[in-house]
Amino acid sequence: MDARTPPEHDTPRAVHGGQWVYRHRLPTRIWHWVSALAVFILLMSGLMISNAHPRLYWGAFGANFDHPWLNLPRFPGWATIPSTYNLALARQWHLFFAWVFAWGLFIHLVVSLINRHIKRDLSLSRRELAPAHLWQDIKDHARLKFPTGQEALSYNVLQKITYVGVVFVVMPTLIMTGLGLSPGFNAVMHWPIDLIGGRASARSIHFICAALMALFIAVHLILVVLAGPINEVRSMLTGWFRVPPDPDREERASPELAEKVRS
Amino acid sequence: MSLVTRRALVGGLAVGAGGLLSGCDRLGRNPQFRALLDTGERGNYALQRLLQDRTALAQEFAPSQRSPIFRSNGTRVPGGDDYARHMAASFTDWQLVVDGLVARPQAISLAELRTLPARSQITRHDCVEGWSAIAKWTGVPLRLVLQRAGIRPEARFVVFHCADPQATGFPYYESIDRVDAAHPQTILAWALNDQPLPVANGAPLRLRVERQLGYKHAKYVRRIQAVASLDGIYGGKGGFWEDVGDYEWYAGI
Repeated sequence: MDARTPPEHDTPRAVHGGQWVYRHRLPTRIWHWVSALAVFILLMSGLMISNAHPRLYWGAFGANFDHPWLNLPRFPGWATIPSTYNLALARQWHLFFAWVFAWGLFIHLVVSLINRHIKRDLSLSRRELAPAHLWQDIKDHARLKFPTGQEALSYNVLQKITYVGVVFVVMPTLIMTGLGLSPGFNAVMHWPIDLIGGRASARSIHFICAALMALFIAVHLILVVLAGPINEVRSMLTGWFRVPPDPDREERASPELAEKVRS
Repeated sequence: MSLVTRRALVGGLAVGAGGLLSGCDRLGRNPQFRALLDTGERGNYALQRLLQDRTALAQEFAPSQRSPIFRSNGTRVPGGDDYARHMAASFTDWQLVVDGLVARPQAISLAELRTLPARSQITRHDCVEGWSAIAKWTGVPLRLVLQRAGIRPEARFVVFHCADPQATGFPYYESIDRVDAAHPQTILAWALNDQPLPVANGAPLRLRVERQLGYKHAKYVRRIQAVASLDGIYGGKGGFWEDVGDYEWYAGI
């Protein structure tokens, strides 16, 4: 870490392109990489577990004589952990990294409440949720127009909605539906799976949320590559982010320069 | 960002992914790493025992919520002349042996087991593969059988020896701890959906241990042994699938 005092990224002070900004704090960075590892292992070992019974049902039960709403393909070895059929080993991977994933999420949420990461970086304001603002952000994304200068320092509204959805909806649902599959946990409480229609439904929702995680990762990685992978990955490793310069607006970002231009 | 760097990045990712995969397989064969992964099972065992009341019941269902067909899994018909003879005689001579660390070893006939107090429960059978099915089971609570035999305090596990020989040369077997052995829903079932237990589902007697996965529910049970340790019993890991496939001994998740 740098000896300089990290500038608070929500200060109104203008930044200019090329400036270094401390963007991701240590707890966020640690959680990001621990979760990245855990989620990849959970997804790939999950595909192996899926291969053991690649049929999804709705309701309290579902087996071979019952009607599946979805028949999944058999996932190939390059996508599964381990790469050859082994349900027991896939379960060991899955159930160990489920602990890493669940405790990681829990600790991260507690820390993010305390250090105000959630409030400062993820909370959505009414202004941001205004239809006009949302529409503008959708257009910017569609044109692959990435924020520069001051705007690059905070998450945009689509980013916030996605992160909030993943962190507060998809990830907790994965954990709860995963626990819902456990006959031992079922004896502790079964209202969470009753709420969604039973164990077979919980398994279906577990798979749907896993697919949403995979989709999120794909979009996330594409956007990292398009937005400048070195700068983005470095900021998640070291915390320091180089503000992307905007040639059109550079003079506005620097008051002295703006003075000179005007005079 | 230059094109070359991007290409290098994508190439690096592909190589990394390939390396990661073969690395995962290598790690999966490493005993130390397996021991680390096993802490997940021990964690689940400890957490569930912590959260569960000792007698907390697995969910029970209404008759209308049962699966139309309760499928079978594993052995459909046990091999060997001995079982064939019992099957031909409708299991009239079947005896359940209870021995090991007990004060009064038993050999209880099926007819007598049926006269003991029975419990009926409509529960969900959760297979490790991912499917589940709901059915009604009727049988004698295991704890009554163990009380009758006078299970000794030093017995920590109850082992179920089955009548279906496996390709490995030894028969199927399973084991549970004293908490599950004393659980009110842990029964030796002799009926499925109000009919005598079919052969495919473990006739004439199978274990129901409702807070664990399907492979723990030993079928064709002919001997129950109370033991202090699982060492020395077949592969020593406490069950057929535990020995041959490294499945978890505690299958609560």
